Amino acid sequence: MKKKVLSALLSVAMVATLLVGCGAKAEAPAAEAPAATEEVEEEAPAAEEPAAEETAEETAEEPAADGELISVGIINNDPNESGYRTANDADLKKTFCEENGYKASFAYSLKNDEQIAAAQQFIQDGVDYLLLSAADTAGWDSVLKDAQDAGIGVILFDRTIDADPSLYMASIVSDMAKEGQNSVDWLLSQGKDELNVIHIQGVMGSAAQKGRSGALDEAAAAGKLNIVVQQTAEWNAEKAQQIVQSVIDSGEKFNVIYAENDDMAKGAVAALDAANISHGVDGDVIIMGYDCNKWALEEVLAGNWNFDQQCNPFQASYIDDVIKNGAPAEKTIVMDEKGFDAATITQEDVDNYGI
Amino acid sequence: MNKGKSFSFSKIFRNQLIIPLAALVLLVLFNLIMDPNFFKITLGQNSLGNPVLSGSIITILDNGSELAILAIGMTLVTAASGGQDISVGANVAIAGSVMLRILCGKGDNAEMQAPVIVAFLAACVVSMLFGAFNGVLVAYFKIQPMVATLILYTAGRSIAAWINNNELPIVNDPSFGYFGGFIPGIPMPTPFFIAIACLIVITLILKFTTLGLYTQAVGINESSSKLNGLNPKVIKLLTFVILGLCVAVVGFIKVSRISTINYSVIAKDIEMDAILAVALGGNALSGGKFNMYASILGAYIIQFLTTTLYKYKVSADALPAYKAVVVILLVVFSAPTVREWMSKTFNNLKGKSAKKEVA
Repeated sequence: MKKKVLSALLSVAMVATLLVGCGAKAEAPAAEAPAATEEVEEEAPAAEEPAAEETAEETAEEPAADGELISVGIINNDPNESGYRTANDADLKKTFCEENGYKASFAYSLKNDEQIAAAQQFIQDGVDYLLLSAADTAGWDSVLKDAQDAGIGVILFDRTIDADPSLYMASIVSDMAKEGQNSVDWLLSQGKDELNVIHIQGVMGSAAQKGRSGALDEAAAAGKLNIVVQQTAEWNAEKAQQIVQSVIDSGEKFNVIYAENDDMAKGAVAALDAANISHGVDGDVIIMGYDCNKWALEEVLAGNWNFDQQCNPFQASYIDDVIKNGAPAEKTIVMDEKGFDAATITQEDVDNYGI
Repeated sequence: MNKGKSFSFSKIFRNQLIIPLAALVLLVLFNLIMDPNFFKITLGQNSLGNPVLSGSIITILDNGSELAILAIGMTLVTAASGGQDISVGANVAIAGSVMLRILCGKGDNAEMQAPVIVAFLAACVVSMLFGAFNGVLVAYFKIQPMVATLILYTAGRSIAAWINNNELPIVNDPSFGYFGGFIPGIPMPTPFFIAIACLIVITLILKFTTLGLYTQAVGINESSSKLNGLNPKVIKLLTFVILGLCVAVVGFIKVSRISTINYSVIAKDIEMDAILAVALGGNALSGGKFNMYASILGAYIIQFLTTTLYKYKVSADALPAYKAVVVILLVVFSAPTVREWMSKTFNNLKGKSAKKEVA
């Protein structure tokens, strides 16, 4: 008896948190919309709808006449995940709106099985296109086959999956290795006599870490630069600060900080500031970051950092192009990604590319 | 005399502080042999021209502070409830988020919108409420602490992001950075002073109130403490609220360190280190008696280990493995049963050698 009451209470508590969780997910993009872009306003009321369903789905409310509109089901990761994801979600919402001829439904989850359930729901609803940023690479074959049988076009964005390429129309991705190469090429072109690099890595094994470390490792193996320390700070600013601090304490010489995201570069800079080591343009240490957060680009603009490499979250225009002009010959589309040098960056770049 | 000596052996091994102290001595010896420079402390200047001390020891005292503060609350929760709070990392994110929300207000503001103390107090209130939420689930609904706190462990970071509308506010005022860095003119890092302050407060509380006694009584035997007129539910709830306060202090230090927040990585996995600190201190994770100072020492040992591993540039892939080996050894040696066994063995050895001497 007592146990029954207990388990009932427990499940009430679980459901309550589920609601809190969903509420947070549903409200976050809505409240964030006005800050990011004005065009998203139409989305806001839809997002504010009580999204109490367990799949955390929210369907944009369309007034009428959706016969002309192309319906798309968008499955994405939780926009809370990172600044990248927030920008990605805002971009999708901005592009797939009614003015552009779309009727969009969104589903968010960081879990593969929930994403697959959402995909099945979208197939039943009979959407025209299914846009997918998969949480995990495996397990998508059967549901994509269902989509194909139902005549639904599948477009992957941001992340690839382990499935037969015939099951999807296109895959729009960032090439992390190319990003790494771009950064390292910039570093090597700086004409320094000696490059002693502190290499601060992201979470080991993540696609971003592998790609961004790859180019630097290659250059080090070829003797073009010297890696003083190679450590993972797991995308965490404080850990990066400790790693750089320990190098400073040991008295080793270094003149480059190669951090695989902006947060870690920020942490590294904090350690340099505490030790009165100059950095940035005209400084002793070159600071390099990734992702192009707005505040990071402002640091580059101010000359405190030297270089920031973009990881492009704006896939929506590419997807739009595929839907309107049909599947491309080459299924994998690699997006343009820029690097910003303190010498050439402008305020416009900060406004346009900062996330 | 013989009797007196063997008595002191068992006393040494029963003393909880012995294992963390031994671990500390080992780490110190290792570093002394490998590179005495580890202990070098230099007085320099930071980029603002203020005097700062630097060196590995300072780094340990600085970065170990958050863990030490959390260990205080976690020790009490462990002692009273016989379980651990795994939501502290997520709650640190919430506390930090609340602070930044109040400091930065809405939109881009170059200046702070409220005094730091107001933001801090608000974070304290929110953290204590979340602590009370955990505490109510554990004390009144009798849910296993780990399961009860799993709720906020899962939802906490989303709540933190939602408090700031998923934006990443940045505090531009340099004075906010003092609390996680250096106050101009004072060469020691501020987090160290904050940890000392927390230590003094908890010492006074344990000395002049019955909190310590009641907590242990509830942890050792809930029903007998009830028969003796204590209210175990209130005591358990209280320990979770105190942990909430510790969480708010840690959240404050964490956001001050980088003047901003990253919801997904701030204080990531810190709950596991805090639990480890309690275990390293030789406290039984099943509750009951506790030694606060052993836990705090455990926290600094974890940071000592981390800094040592960074110093010797253990490769990133191997870092967790090294840490795991050391942790296994420390935890095994600090387990109450092992200590009991060791004190017995040493007593026997002592007894045998004494007999030989007599013969």
